Amino acid sequence: MQPISVSRRDVLKALTMGVTAGSVLRVIPAQGADMAHRMVQAEKAAAPDRAYKPKFFSQHQYKTLQALCEAIIPADGKVGGAVEAGAPEFIDLLTSENADYQLKLGGGMMWLDATCTSRYGNTYLECNVEQKKQTLDLIAYRKNGRADPSLNQGIGFFSFLRNLTADGYFTSEIGIKDLGYVGNSYLRDFPGCPPLPQT
Amino acid sequence: MFQVIRSPKVYDVCIIGSGAAGGTAAKVLTEGGLNVVMLEAGPPIDPDKDYKEHVWPYELAHRGVGVGAQLRGALNDEFMAPNGAWSIEGEPYVSAPGSTFRWFRSRVVGGRTNHWGRIALRFAPVDFRARSTDGMGDDWPLTYEEIAPYYDKVESYIGVFGTKENIPSAPDGMFLPPPKPRCTEVFVKNTCDKLNILCIPSRLAILTKPLNGRRACHYCAQCGRGCKTASNFSSSQVMLPVAQETGRFTLVTGAMAREIVVGKNGKAEAVSYIEKATRTERQVKAKAFILAASACESARVLLNSKSSQFPDGLANSSGVVGRYLTDSVGSYGGGYFPQFEKMPPHNHDGVGGMHMYIPWWKFNRKNDFLRGYHVEFGGGRNMPNVGDWDDLCEAQEGYGLPLKQKIRSTYGAFIGFNGRGEMIPNERSYCEIDPDTVDQWGIPVLRFHWQWGDNEIRMAKDMQETFRAMVEAAGGTYVTKAVPDGPYPYGIEAGGVIIHELGTARMGANPKTSALNKYCQAHDVKNVFVTDAAAFVTNPDKNPTLTIMALSWRASEYLIDEAKKNQL
Repeated sequence: MQPISVSRRDVLKALTMGVTAGSVLRVIPAQGADMAHRMVQAEKAAAPDRAYKPKFFSQHQYKTLQALCEAIIPADGKVGGAVEAGAPEFIDLLTSENADYQLKLGGGMMWLDATCTSRYGNTYLECNVEQKKQTLDLIAYRKNGRADPSLNQGIGFFSFLRNLTADGYFTSEIGIKDLGYVGNSYLRDFPGCPPLPQT
Repeated sequence: MFQVIRSPKVYDVCIIGSGAAGGTAAKVLTEGGLNVVMLEAGPPIDPDKDYKEHVWPYELAHRGVGVGAQLRGALNDEFMAPNGAWSIEGEPYVSAPGSTFRWFRSRVVGGRTNHWGRIALRFAPVDFRARSTDGMGDDWPLTYEEIAPYYDKVESYIGVFGTKENIPSAPDGMFLPPPKPRCTEVFVKNTCDKLNILCIPSRLAILTKPLNGRRACHYCAQCGRGCKTASNFSSSQVMLPVAQETGRFTLVTGAMAREIVVGKNGKAEAVSYIEKATRTERQVKAKAFILAASACESARVLLNSKSSQFPDGLANSSGVVGRYLTDSVGSYGGGYFPQFEKMPPHNHDGVGGMHMYIPWWKFNRKNDFLRGYHVEFGGGRNMPNVGDWDDLCEAQEGYGLPLKQKIRSTYGAFIGFNGRGEMIPNERSYCEIDPDTVDQWGIPVLRFHWQWGDNEIRMAKDMQETFRAMVEAAGGTYVTKAVPDGPYPYGIEAGGVIIHELGTARMGANPKTSALNKYCQAHDVKNVFVTDAAAFVTNPDKNPTLTIMALSWRASEYLIDEAKKNQL
């Protein structure tokens, strides 16, 4: 007897339909999300040396994405950063399913490499530490776009990626712990507020 | 061949809709000995499968935002119980040119009680006497004293926590003890005390003690995800099971009501509905009918129930069906409070809603506007969620350790304030049948007309001024920019957004200016009742659900009495 197999594509297709069909089918996306989650886990386990295979980005772009994510939320002495938190996988997964994200992030990364090549003769990844810093310092602030409007596409891209990186880090297990969220538990009584700091 | 499948069975009562109104009616009617059939347009709900309590964001590949992040910022992300949507594929509605109205609909057993914030506030005596008080709008055909016993019954049965306060604008009820306040709530309460603003324990339909076989809350703050212990109220877990136990209750899901069919004697005799699964038209017969499909959906069914006897729709000889549409006045303001940066990590979850709130406190003053509003507030160290840092990232900019540290240190230091105020009905806000559009079931859809009045804009202005004053008095920074002009002056939300739309088949003593009598019974057709918020005459600053249940309970007892006397 043939085992019943469901492909990732089938799941994603069902998910998309469920989401657009509205609330009645809400149960389908959630079940499907569990399934997609398990698939991601299974793929991770099956891949040689557990390396993640990007779904949307090319190998080069994915490495760039990892570098940018880690630059946005880096590891520090106490806790890991966006890469350890799985932010690049999360962003790649969403981007593989969303045409708008593909345009903003895929196109944004092309813009970044083109800009770095014209400035430094190298793609972003190939730039040295100082060149990378100069580039990010330009696109990480809106005011730079007012001085030089040619930066605006890069600024929009970086702002979007910054939001998603914050999402990816601070909703991860290490990120939630880093914030100090305490809860999602079963309590017999709610303890109320510990003494408020003096104001 | 198009064929209507008619069931020979005649039920005592057919209820359309399974939410707050329908669930209450089902409980009261079946316990009163009547045989009830209920039509629900959506599917059943299964807590084991549909409720997502205690799931962490990182346990889902999409972290809650769904495929392609389509649910990022949505009311119904992957964590939520099935609860409703702003748009439903194949079931459109229309906003008239120049109007913006948003209609949140639930298609699932329990309806919008799955979404409800469980805020259970009684209307005050003055709320039933609007015209007598300030000359605007109309009085209800019943008084607070008449509805109060039904508030008692509902609260005692569903469980509402709160405290006795003796505030004229916020009558006390039958309360369970309230939970202890969270830090943000202690902080706001202290500020309110300074400013002479009332701030009291909130009143939510969540159990702080076991009640009627349901367990007490375990304080995970996730009511919106559905509650497997049924410690919060939903019609599907609290009302419908007791109806089921009587053996006199039949629930038909996936049943989209089209119209109520009237017999030669001028009485309603059946509901025509679409069985969605087979796309066939069916009819179910009953001796009496309760519309409980939500205010606008019930108006839609009435307006679509046209016949030679009732050419303008059922129960609409007055022409008021669809008119007097209101929503709550909503405006939002947020503050950042550096004091909270020093707060040590602690459990801030509590119940799935506010533990304290600000009832209308300026009731005995001269204000720039008529009527009043209350303020809901929340914030603090909630479970992190995708999208939480968009505003902060945009304000902070940059990257690297300073950004990481900023997000860390400001976590839990924001408090948001939501004003919820009374709108006075106006003749430019109503719904009607769109002459051009049908949904995928062939049922003509609603077209909405909407305009806020000047009173509502002045109220939103007052909300903004109050929020800013409170934030600044507490040593915080007000971070909301609400401008006095543009499409949403002072941050007033679009019509429908607060999801308190009501008034579309209002009750009244005069059949010429109202659709229903004070028992929610149609003036024109004695065996038709509308027990959802369509029946409301005013939309005070209190969330409507508790009053929906009280009215539906009262109407159901009346229906039982009338049936016994053979007077339907």
